[in-house]
Amino acid sequence: MTGLIQLLRYPFIVNALVTGSAVAVAAAASGYFMVCRRATFAGHALPNIGFAGAAGAVLMGIEPVLGLFAITILAAVAMGVLARDLRDRDVTVGVIMTFALGLGFLFLALYSGYAQRVYGILFGSILGISVQASRLTVAAAAASLAALALLYRPLLFSTFDPELAVARGVPVSLLSVLFLVILAVIASLAVQVMGALLLFTLLVGPAATATRIVKSPPAAIALATGLGLLYVWSGTMAAAANGTIPVSFCIASISFLVYLPVRLFVRPASRHREAAGHQRRTA
Amino acid sequence: MTIQLLSSDIFRNAMIAGTVAAAVASLVGYFVVLRAQAFAAESLLDVSFAGATGAALFGVAPVLGAAILGLGAAFGIGALGERARERDVEIGMVVSFALGLGIFFLSLYARGSASHATAGVSILFGSLLSVQPEDIGRLCLLSAVVLAGLAGVFRPLLFSTIDPEAARARGVPVRLLSTLFLLILALAAAAGALAVGILLATALLIAPAAAAVRLTRRPSATLVLSLCLGVGIIWGGILISFLWPGRHPPVGFSVSTLAAAVYFIGVAASRRAYARREKTIIIGDSAETAQWTSRKESTKRSRSSVKGKPGPGAPSHRT
Repeated sequence: MTGLIQLLRYPFIVNALVTGSAVAVAAAASGYFMVCRRATFAGHALPNIGFAGAAGAVLMGIEPVLGLFAITILAAVAMGVLARDLRDRDVTVGVIMTFALGLGFLFLALYSGYAQRVYGILFGSILGISVQASRLTVAAAAASLAALALLYRPLLFSTFDPELAVARGVPVSLLSVLFLVILAVIASLAVQVMGALLLFTLLVGPAATATRIVKSPPAAIALATGLGLLYVWSGTMAAAANGTIPVSFCIASISFLVYLPVRLFVRPASRHREAAGHQRRTA
Repeated sequence: MTIQLLSSDIFRNAMIAGTVAAAVASLVGYFVVLRAQAFAAESLLDVSFAGATGAALFGVAPVLGAAILGLGAAFGIGALGERARERDVEIGMVVSFALGLGIFFLSLYARGSASHATAGVSILFGSLLSVQPEDIGRLCLLSAVVLAGLAGVFRPLLFSTIDPEAARARGVPVRLLSTLFLLILALAAAAGALAVGILLATALLIAPAAAAVRLTRRPSATLVLSLCLGVGIIWGGILISFLWPGRHPPVGFSVSTLAAAVYFIGVAASRRAYARREKTIIIGDSAETAQWTSRKESTKRSRSSVKGKPGPGAPSHRT
């Protein structure tokens, strides 16, 4: 225990925990919507797509974060506009993602310098964050949380009952593009400090577990936030105490090990079954 | 110079491996697209990346590690994800864990050096130009197993993909077929990831079949078109990369760009045909615009999700 407290004296651990916590909160809230909207593939693809933007920015000599923003937001809009139904969406996301990765590969091949920061996007680590990057990420997490709060009610409505939302005049397709753009903003800022894998884990893990346990959306978001913070703290501390295990592996394992018993032994919250049943009836 | 390049062993091996991988991927991809399992396909490729790195760590053949971990993940996804709508969360959980495992293996494998990220990148983007003759042998063997498996379950799988309700009513084991297909997909993913890399294998699994499904209706025609598109994409990509004047673009880039182009051309062509058909319907309809748009939304949605009625691009089944 004292060993763990000792760890907090290292500034890079504190930085990692602060940044990780901010991203965990934003990721848990948007992850809840991602899971309920069946947009997990998009959440998996956007951080990887960011890789192309960062590689392009490095090639052009500008800040990677600008490239990240440009390409992930572009991809989010393309996904939202092109993909109409479930089958379409799946394929469109896959094609856009492979195209972006190929583009990133080209940029890397053209760039002859040392592109460690770009590689970091795919396999990054949370333990190497600068104070400045940490501040920027915290600010972006707060901004995306504010955007989610602003869209909260219409987004929830259009997530659970899109047909009725259309009938009541809620701009459902606009909301779905906006939601993907929020996801893209989180991806752009979080991915360069923690890598695509860790971000995706924080998006899907807490939300998937929380939606199984509780039914009301605010409770599920709160539980997901708590779980996300727990994963980040325990994973970072465990990895730092051990010294050789990558943080992303620690957090991904904890998230999976919590999810598995919940998935196997907890019956799904009735609200979702209702929603699914409703969709089946109307389809 | 060019002739020399084209007659080199590197080029020949790349073409053979690429052709075999593209053929298998575009045939398996037909079911991937019809069953809306692009995410599962991409995830199983990521899983095989983890398996390959783990195998390298333990000194086993990478393809063995990729196949074992891939089959395990496919089984897990099949067992956990009962309904298609729920499945993407299960896939997400499995892939996040598997990728974490892959990063763990990579860090052990390249401990003490900063190169583990670079090693990961080369697995991710593949190395079609460094394919060895013994790799081709392994690829052909695995591909034969995949194709034999697919041929074995072809008819019931097609039936249960297009009309799961009717298939269940006729006693077709739909759940079992779904898991079997994931296992076949895992093997195809392992073969493809090691031969051409995750990026190209993903592109070849999704794009040719998705374009073919939009352009044709009969299953046999779709399969043939998908096969032609897949092989055409990889040949075109390799040739562009080899023949490009000046600095050669990586094969990964030219193939994935061609694949995306083929898919989006397919989408544009089918949208146009669809719009022409829709227009004739609207002319006779005097409904208000607002009503029309909401109806268009809902018919679109129902047409693609109603069980028993194939979607706009789906082939009519003849079983």
